[in-house]
Amino acid sequence: MISTKVNLAGVELKNPVMVASGTFGSGAEFSEFFDLSGLGAVVTKGVANVPWPGNPAPRIAETPSGMLNAIGLQNPGIDVFVKRDLPFLADYDTKVIVNVCGHSTEEYLEVVERLADEPVVSMLEINISCPNVKEGGIAFGTSAKAVEDITKAVKARAKQPVIMKLSPNVTDITEMARAAEAGGADCLSMINTITGMKIDIERQTFAIANKTGGLSGPAIRPVAVRMVYQTAQAVRIPIIGMGGITCAEDAIEFLLAGATAVSVGTASFNDPFTAMNVVTGIEAYMTRHHVADINDLIGIVK
Amino acid sequence: MSTKMVLATVVSQEQLLGDVYSMWLDVGDMAGDAKAGQFIALYSSDHSRLLPRPISICEVAPEKGSLRIVYRVVGKGTEEFSGYQAGDPVRITGPLGNGYPLLKAPAILVAGGIGIPPMLELARRLDCEKTIVLGYKDKLFLNKDFEPYGKVVISTEDGSCGVHGNALDAIREAKVTGQVIYSCGPTPMLRAVKAYAEAQGIEAYISLEEKMACGIGACLACVCNSTEVDDHSHVHNKRICKDGPVFNAREVIL
Repeated sequence: MISTKVNLAGVELKNPVMVASGTFGSGAEFSEFFDLSGLGAVVTKGVANVPWPGNPAPRIAETPSGMLNAIGLQNPGIDVFVKRDLPFLADYDTKVIVNVCGHSTEEYLEVVERLADEPVVSMLEINISCPNVKEGGIAFGTSAKAVEDITKAVKARAKQPVIMKLSPNVTDITEMARAAEAGGADCLSMINTITGMKIDIERQTFAIANKTGGLSGPAIRPVAVRMVYQTAQAVRIPIIGMGGITCAEDAIEFLLAGATAVSVGTASFNDPFTAMNVVTGIEAYMTRHHVADINDLIGIVK
Repeated sequence: MSTKMVLATVVSQEQLLGDVYSMWLDVGDMAGDAKAGQFIALYSSDHSRLLPRPISICEVAPEKGSLRIVYRVVGKGTEEFSGYQAGDPVRITGPLGNGYPLLKAPAILVAGGIGIPPMLELARRLDCEKTIVLGYKDKLFLNKDFEPYGKVVISTEDGSCGVHGNALDAIREAKVTGQVIYSCGPTPMLRAVKAYAEAQGIEAYISLEEKMACGIGACLACVCNSTEVDDHSHVHNKRICKDGPVFNAREVIL
């Protein structure tokens, strides 16, 4: 008998596999392909205090083993989200983690407070790392002082454990991780996308309307694994690792590097079943390596 | 909705002209589920190309469990598909999107370039009087396939065949009339179709395209501006892959 249960800041997940915010909506579309109850958690698309229209199209471009996106956090706002998306997710036997976005501390707090008494929500993931919005987002995630301040402000109001989602677009991510921990963060998510650019040489303009976008997919995986490893040496709080995971073997890399859980993101666009395949593939790996408890894999490569 | 991911098999592949290819795929039940104007997403067998390629359904043969796509080679993904031969496997999801409504009113089908293929299944299914207006740059493709289903009017930009000009020029010159327009093609053409329909006081159903990632409505990459607040995000962005690709022209701002 093998156990894939992991514990994230007091929240027990049946397995360490979740989906990365923004790649999975609130799950409705993917539920046509597989039962969401097979996942450790669903992490929702970022939700703000009011509806956000996002950026002009084209919003994405494919790149070698990856893609750039600049969706710009289009979302229906917290009212619709609470009425429509949370009841939908409540029907599944999986943990619900809500990604929260905002332009200002006040906007983040408004969403955090609205979610405080929603029993369906197990954790909050605070998006301080979106590279595609002009105010808020990454502006909160690229200075240690700002990271600590927003973390403290959220922690003071949140009733659920708080995950801070970190940006890789910094000189030293461990400095941001320590700042989040100092601010009281219960957990870290890393990495968000890496800012990039693609130019369409036929149209002689930017491939995406926002000019820059966030790079995701297997192209960024070695960067993500390195950052998770470094951060795991620098903080005590658990880490959710993500960046280019396409299969169980990729996920295992992150666990060995020190992540307690993993998220599948862009790979779901290549195959909607990817996250479920990672769940079953991890079990097969454990059997093959005679590992009874998945926690025995976490952070053992030092 | 019965969107599925299946491993399809190539039945046949034919180069129609230069960079335009026609491929029949064995897809099983999906062929019977598909509606005119819907599309499928094809995944590359090269995993460095992550995103599925959305390609409109040109024709279906439910009794054989097969469907046809006619597509233009525009990059590495479609170049790969163009090299597939009978018997090759290709992973697809579909049918995706909403498809055209099938009305009884006398219809004008207006298509340009690689927007022509989805109009073939529509022409087959529309049980009404119809005129089919096909706009080409220079060389023709698929035009003969339309002949059993209605009067076909051709335009070419270089004047080598039919009306010299675009599809809208052809409508005016051939005095094509109808009570509803169905259209697919480049955005400037759709913009002209929308304006023409408004001026004539008739409905137009237009099929849009945009760069897509998931193809199923989750990622919000392929949005278009909508006149009304959308049901998903409550802004003015409809998802082309899920809410479309076919829209009443009045619903969208081009």
